[in-house]
Amino acid sequence: MSVMTPEVAKWVIDAAYILVAFLFISGLKRMSSPVTARGGILWAGLGMVIATLVTFLGPLTGGVVAEQATTNFVLVIAAIAVGGAIAWWSGKRVAMTDMPQMIALYNGMGGGAAAAIAAVELYKGNENGVVFGALAVLGGLIGAVSFSGSSIAFGKLQGLIKKAFRFKGQQFVNILILAAAVVLGGLIATGTYASAAAVTAFFLAALLLGLTMTMPIGGADMPVVISLYNALTGLAVAFEGFVLSNAAMIIAGTVVGSAGTLLTQLMAKAMNRSLGNVLFSGFGDSGGAATGTVTGSQKAIEASDAGVMMAFAQKIIVVPGYGLAVAQAQHKVWELAQLLQNRGVTVKFAIHPVAGRMPGHMNVLLAEAGVPYDLIADLEEINAEFETADVALIIGANDVVNPVARNDKSSPIYGMPILNADKAKNVVVIKRGQGQGFSGIENALFYLDNTRMLYGDAQGAVNQLIQSVKSTG
Amino acid sequence: MINGVLAIYIFMLAAFTGYEVISRVPTILHTPLMSGSNFVHGIVLVGAMVALFNATTTLERVIGFVGVVLAAGNAVGGYVVTERMLEMFKSSGQKKSTGGHH
Repeated sequence: MSVMTPEVAKWVIDAAYILVAFLFISGLKRMSSPVTARGGILWAGLGMVIATLVTFLGPLTGGVVAEQATTNFVLVIAAIAVGGAIAWWSGKRVAMTDMPQMIALYNGMGGGAAAAIAAVELYKGNENGVVFGALAVLGGLIGAVSFSGSSIAFGKLQGLIKKAFRFKGQQFVNILILAAAVVLGGLIATGTYASAAAVTAFFLAALLLGLTMTMPIGGADMPVVISLYNALTGLAVAFEGFVLSNAAMIIAGTVVGSAGTLLTQLMAKAMNRSLGNVLFSGFGDSGGAATGTVTGSQKAIEASDAGVMMAFAQKIIVVPGYGLAVAQAQHKVWELAQLLQNRGVTVKFAIHPVAGRMPGHMNVLLAEAGVPYDLIADLEEINAEFETADVALIIGANDVVNPVARNDKSSPIYGMPILNADKAKNVVVIKRGQGQGFSGIENALFYLDNTRMLYGDAQGAVNQLIQSVKSTG
Repeated sequence: MINGVLAIYIFMLAAFTGYEVISRVPTILHTPLMSGSNFVHGIVLVGAMVALFNATTTLERVIGFVGVVLAAGNAVGGYVVTERMLEMFKSSGQKKSTGGHH
């Protein structure tokens, strides 16, 4: 290692980071097409490995006392082993249906790491001027908000936190906390009052803000929120990259920040809600009585009758939702679809942009089951076709087919584009019970004259439909 | 070291790059791509490593250690879940190789 002078080590690190930035960007580019997507993650993964390895040369660039360097070196390796092993184990184990909350969890960890970098720099005391301090503070604030906010999002999607927590004047309290964090951050950045106590108070305020911001947001909005926190973590990483003069962090963080912002906007647009609306007026605030004014009764149907109806249909459109994901019913649904196809029935799948817990979540599950791309249509493609369908089969979807979004101005989901399943000649809804959807809004579709409810979990109900179709001559 | 103006150039160009990379993405890839970009900001690992390498007090070491654990979790977890999701596109892509999509 004698040739590794501080200058050489620095040069190697810088050169490697350029390669890393290239691998990340081309990796993401490849991930944006289904054909090359798998190669994309390999490229980005290679970039991460290179970045991590060359960073071990860091202590050779000088500036650290030898004995401390050894201790820290061991600590770094231990920390990577611990964090990496836990994440590897949990990532391999998690069911495909629970992916959204795992993304939230890993994203929160990234935000927490960015905040930790800021904390180390700020506890050291800022000797590098206001700009340096401001960037560290800003990255720390965003990272800490993303950390606690993503943790809440994980808890909600995992079912650990059941209720949306709201109280009067909540927005006002949030603004107060934000103001406190900004004032403390300003004092620290300018060096006016940068004691350890101030830094601690600043981070506590930031963590609390992420908590109180996310608690009132309803589960149906979580995909947008997770995407937003993903963008925010990217931004926090970029800011801490400036603090550490680390080009790889600046580039990768910024790319994720802007890509994530765009992705967030696309999702919010798909739900016909502005980002501000998602963040500052949780479901339920607008419609005091979320139960609405739906009248009539739900009419049940036996699986055997529904199966016969479908066996003699010309065209069936399947609308999958989160209930399909929960029941792991994607393979059974594809089996049913193939059975019907063999009888000459046209079967299509209609995917709402926010079906499931994340845009594209249903596509991932159907792809897992082996459903070909050309049978899967998105909202714009398929909506006109419902009128020509004999049966719309709703499997565990709720809000995305609720007609009140079209015609009830008092509903919190009014204006959200929906799949026009109610226009089909017959609607069969597979649903676990008579309860309301994730957003707590009553679904008018379930009470229509042409709707029949098939109660049961998606896996079991679809299985019964398969038996019924098979026994129909 | 990176000076201020140069840093702003990097920031601006990287922001455009991120926007361009995502803007033509089909809906079916939104979740994998969110997961992929989640993995990419796992680069925070190198920053956390630098912070821990340079830690001098016990407090800095503790925070740095937590930072590296979290960052390693972000990077490794992000990779594993993205890879698993994209794995599925392989199988459906092969079954549907005559389709000529995209």
